[in-house]
Amino acid sequence: MVNIIWMGMLLIGMIVAAINGKIDAVTTAALKGAQAAVDFALGLIAIMAFWLGIMKVAEEAGLIRLLSRVVKPVTAFLFPSVPRDHPAMGAIIMNLSANILGLGNAATPMGLIAMKELQKLNRGDPQKASDAMCTFLALNTSCITVIPATVIGIRIKAGSVNPTEIVGTTIFATACGMAVGVTVDRIMRRIYGYRKWR
Amino acid sequence: MVSLAAKWAIPFILFTVTLLAFVRRVNVYEVFVRGAQEGFTTAIKTIPFLVAMFVAISVFRASGAMELFVSIFSPVTNLFGIPAEVIPLGIMRPLSGGGALGITAELIKTYGPDSFIGRLASTLQGSTDTTFFVLTLYFGSVNVVKYRYAVVSGLSADITGFIASVVICNLVFK
Repeated sequence: MVNIIWMGMLLIGMIVAAINGKIDAVTTAALKGAQAAVDFALGLIAIMAFWLGIMKVAEEAGLIRLLSRVVKPVTAFLFPSVPRDHPAMGAIIMNLSANILGLGNAATPMGLIAMKELQKLNRGDPQKASDAMCTFLALNTSCITVIPATVIGIRIKAGSVNPTEIVGTTIFATACGMAVGVTVDRIMRRIYGYRKWR
Repeated sequence: MVSLAAKWAIPFILFTVTLLAFVRRVNVYEVFVRGAQEGFTTAIKTIPFLVAMFVAISVFRASGAMELFVSIFSPVTNLFGIPAEVIPLGIMRPLSGGGALGITAELIKTYGPDSFIGRLASTLQGSTDTTFFVLTLYFGSVNVVKYRYAVVSGLSADITGFIASVVICNLVFK
């Protein structure tokens, strides 16, 4: 799919350029685009290094652990099939907390551990996703991030007057997405529940 | 309210983190440097994605194809308060994180971070996720091949995130 979109943009671009008689512009645009991309990424280094540095300190200071206390009651409600003191629950809580803080690097390994533990609890076909796995992924793909650091970095680099003004709108939009994701998950679990494992 | 929260968010986090680190006696400097190293690597790793997307989009733009695309779709999308320029981002977002980031960066650079398109693209990038990538990675790690309804719930969250971004940006930034 990504292949098709990317090729499509290039091919359509070149065809339209040929028709418009702007074929010479294609070469310049391609090279300038590549240059702009590298300049941009180099500018991102500053903000990414700063922010991930701060967040690493937060991690070491136990911010994930602190946040997980807030997240815990919610996950107990969302994952009725997972025992409260099972390692799966711990990994889920840590993963979601790291996601909320925007710590992608910390979130992914935790998420993979959670999946491994959930697989141990999967009483059905091991090739088939369990209810808890579906809920976990619905949460994971729609999780609230308090600070969208990369986007803020891009905005600073582009010279925004107020780079953080999109934090509020982002949290609002994510919360909506998360609410719908969890609701759809609950409804689908019911529907699928009737034809469970046989 | 929304913009007030935005103004205070980062100073608040900086303060809390430093205070917490002080209380917990973290080796702040060493830990910071380690994190910064990760940030450096992350930024460098985005270069190939950014190059790929920037090249494709600049060709698409310079040829006049973007204008064509916008003039075809904007009569419909404008009805919903969506600039046609962000449609490619909406399509790319669930498929490729790097690809979407490239489009977002290009939109912000071209139209300016404080333009409506720039703000909407920023919100979209932050509020939706690379659903297909996450599903493939997580399910793949435990050899689950039947995803059941996970795709439906994941994508419904993404679509809602997209619509909610458009609505809130139209309310706040227009």
